[in-house]
Amino acid sequence: MDKSKHIVLAHGGGGQLTDELIANTLLPRLGNETLGQLLDSSIVPGTAERMAMTIDSYVVRPLFFPGGDIGRLAVCGTVNDLAVCGAEPLGLALSLIMAEGLEREVLESAMNSVREAADEAGVKVITGDTKVVGRGQADGMYITTAGVGSVREGLRLHPDQIRAGDKLIISGTIADHGLAVMLAREMPEVQSVLRSDVAPLNRMIGRLLDKVSGVVFMRDPTRGGLACVAADIAGRTGLHVVLDEGRIPIRAETRHAADMLGLEVLEVASEGKVVVVVRPEAAEAALGALREDEHGRDARIIGQVEDTRDGLCELQTVLGGRRIMLKPYGEQLSRIC
Amino acid sequence: MTGHEALDRLRSAAAAVGRPMAFMEVCGTHTVQAFRCGLHSLMPGNVRLISGPGCPVCVTSQGDIDMLIELARRPGVTLCTYGDMLRVTGTDGNLEEARTMGADVRVVYCSLEAVKLAGAEATREVVFAGVGFETTTPATAAAALEAERLGLRNFSVLVSHKRILPAMRALLESGQVKVDGFLCPGHVAVITGYATFAPIVRRYGLSCVVAGFEGAQIAMGMARLVELVRDGQPALENLYPQVVTRWGNRRAQNLMRRVFRPVGARWRGLGSIVDSGLAFRSRYARFDAQRRYELTPVESAEPPGCRCGDVITGRCTPAECKLFGAACTPVCPIGPCMVSSEGTCQAWFKYRRQDKAGVPAGAGSN
Repeated sequence: MDKSKHIVLAHGGGGQLTDELIANTLLPRLGNETLGQLLDSSIVPGTAERMAMTIDSYVVRPLFFPGGDIGRLAVCGTVNDLAVCGAEPLGLALSLIMAEGLEREVLESAMNSVREAADEAGVKVITGDTKVVGRGQADGMYITTAGVGSVREGLRLHPDQIRAGDKLIISGTIADHGLAVMLAREMPEVQSVLRSDVAPLNRMIGRLLDKVSGVVFMRDPTRGGLACVAADIAGRTGLHVVLDEGRIPIRAETRHAADMLGLEVLEVASEGKVVVVVRPEAAEAALGALREDEHGRDARIIGQVEDTRDGLCELQTVLGGRRIMLKPYGEQLSRIC
Repeated sequence: MTGHEALDRLRSAAAAVGRPMAFMEVCGTHTVQAFRCGLHSLMPGNVRLISGPGCPVCVTSQGDIDMLIELARRPGVTLCTYGDMLRVTGTDGNLEEARTMGADVRVVYCSLEAVKLAGAEATREVVFAGVGFETTTPATAAAALEAERLGLRNFSVLVSHKRILPAMRALLESGQVKVDGFLCPGHVAVITGYATFAPIVRRYGLSCVVAGFEGAQIAMGMARLVELVRDGQPALENLYPQVVTRWGNRRAQNLMRRVFRPVGARWRGLGSIVDSGLAFRSRYARFDAQRRYELTPVESAEPPGCRCGDVITGRCTPAECKLFGAACTPVCPIGPCMVSSEGTCQAWFKYRRQDKAGVPAGAGSN
C-alpha cells in the first residue's frame, strides 16, 4: 500500500505506483463501468458505431531526441492507444501548454512533426487548444492529445479474452525509445546510433486484423516496457505468462545503453512496438502479417500464456533459469555501479 | 565457455564434493545479475550463493543517510546523488520526499555533473553524495580535483565511500558467517586489481574468484569455486581478464590515494570497521561537507524489525525477515536492501518471490 502523502515522480511512471494512484485516488471518485476497464482506449458509451476514445499527455524531455520529438510522440502515442484497441483513428484533438519564453522555432518544428506523423497515420488534428503559462510555471512545452476512432465490427480486444495456450508476439526490438531519450537527457555528450522507434502503428495493426482472426488482445509497451505489459497480462487474467528471454529482440546498442545507465531493459519504453496476444493456431499468420510492415520486420513470438493460476509472469532466461518478472515500481533509478 | 557448459561443470563438481557449500558474492551487480539470469533456480541442491555487503546503498549507515537528508533540506543546498539513494529511508523521511517538499535534490550519473552544476549555479551550495566502493570513489576524487582546478567554493562532498576488503575480513573475523569462498566483484577489481583479494586466500584459506556479470560468467565463477573446494586447493583466480588485471588501474588508485585517506567507518549490519571508509586528506578538507556544514554523525537506530544488517552479512535471507513482502516492498520499502535496485531484498522480491522457503545462511558451512 502506497502511503505517500504527496505525488512523487514515480506516480507518473506507469508502474505499480501509477496503479496505486488510479486504484486508490482516481477510481473511487471517477470510476464507472467504462473507465474501470483500464484499457488504452475506451468505447464511448451509447455510440452505435462503437466509437473509441483515448487521451494522453506528453511531457518528454528533451523536446527533440534522436529519432523523434514531442510532436511526433504526441501523435503516435495517441494513435497507437486507439490502434491497439482495434480502432482506426478518425481525428485528434491537440492541447498545447507552453511556457512564456518558448522559442517560436521550437513550436514550429514540433508542429511540423505533428503534421508529418499525422499524415503518416492518415489522421487529422481536428480541434485543439493553446495555453501559455508564466515563465517557470512549466518547462518549455507540454502536449495533450486526445483521439477518437471507430472500432472494427465484431472485434473485442480485452484481457478477458486471453486463455492458456495463447502466444505473445512483439512486433520488433524493445526499449529503443526510452533509451534514446534517456541517453539524450542524461548523457548528452555520449555519441550513440540509438534512435527512438516512435511511429504510428495503425496501418500495421489494421493489416494484421484484416488478415488474421485470433488476435485477442494488444498493448503497446510504453512506460514500464515489456515487463509491465507481460506482468499486467498475467495479473489481469490470473494466468501464468512465460517469456523466453533469448527470443526478445533487443538491439546491441540498446542493451549497452541500458547497462551503462543501470536500467532494466525489459522495463524501458518503446513507442513504435506492440505486444499481440494471439490464439496459438493464428500465431504464425500474425507474425507473417506483422513482418510485411516496415515497423514489424523484427516481429517474434516471445512467449505464451500457461494454465497455472498464479497471475505471475516468468522469464525463461538465456542461461536456462527462470525468474519472476514484476511490474516496475515507477521512476527508473540509475544504479550506482 | 557457454553458460550451459559452466553449469555442467558446476553440477559435476558439486556432486563430487557432496556436502553443502555456501559462497558469497560481495557486489550488488552480481546479486542482481544472478537473480536476473535465474541462476539460483539452476544451482545444484548443495550449493548456495549468498549475498554479502556488496550493495553500496545497503551498507550505508543510518546516520549517514540522516545526514544526507538533513543537508538536502537546508535552504540554498542542492544535493546531487546517484539515483539509488533517493528512496532510502532515514529516521525521518527520504530524499524523494524531501524533493517533493521543495528540497533541491538532483539525480546525477557522474560526480562531474555535480561539479559542472556548481560552476553554473554559483549561488547554490552544491553537495555531492559520495557513495559506493572503489568503483565510484575515483570519480569522486576526480570531482574534487576538478572543483579545485576550477576554484569552486560552493562544491563539497558528503563522503560515505567504503572499501570492500576490510568488510570481507571483518565478516570472516566475526565468525558469524561461514562461507566456502567468495565470488569477487569484477568492477571493484578493475580498479583495485585482483591481487587485492590475495589476503583472503592466504589468511583464511578461502578461494576468491573474480567473475564478470553475464549469466554464463557468473555460472563459470561458481563452477570454479566449487571445483577449488573439490580439489582442496584454495586459490585466487581471475575469470574476467578482459578488464581485470593483477594490479588494477593505477591511475584511479593514485587519484583515490591523493584525495582520500582510510578511516574507520560504520556499516549497516557490520558496525564500525577499521580503515574501511575514506575521508578527505587535509589538503582537500574544504570539500568535506560534513566539516563545512558542521554535521555530527549520530548513531541513528535502524528501522524497527528491519533485518537488512543480517541480510547483507549473509546471516539471513530476505524471506526470513518478518517485514519482507508484507510491510516492506519495493513500492513501500523500509530497509535499504529493498530500496536499492542492487539490494538483495529487492532482487529477491522482484525475481524470486514465490520461493517462500528461506534457508538460513551458514547452514551449509564446513
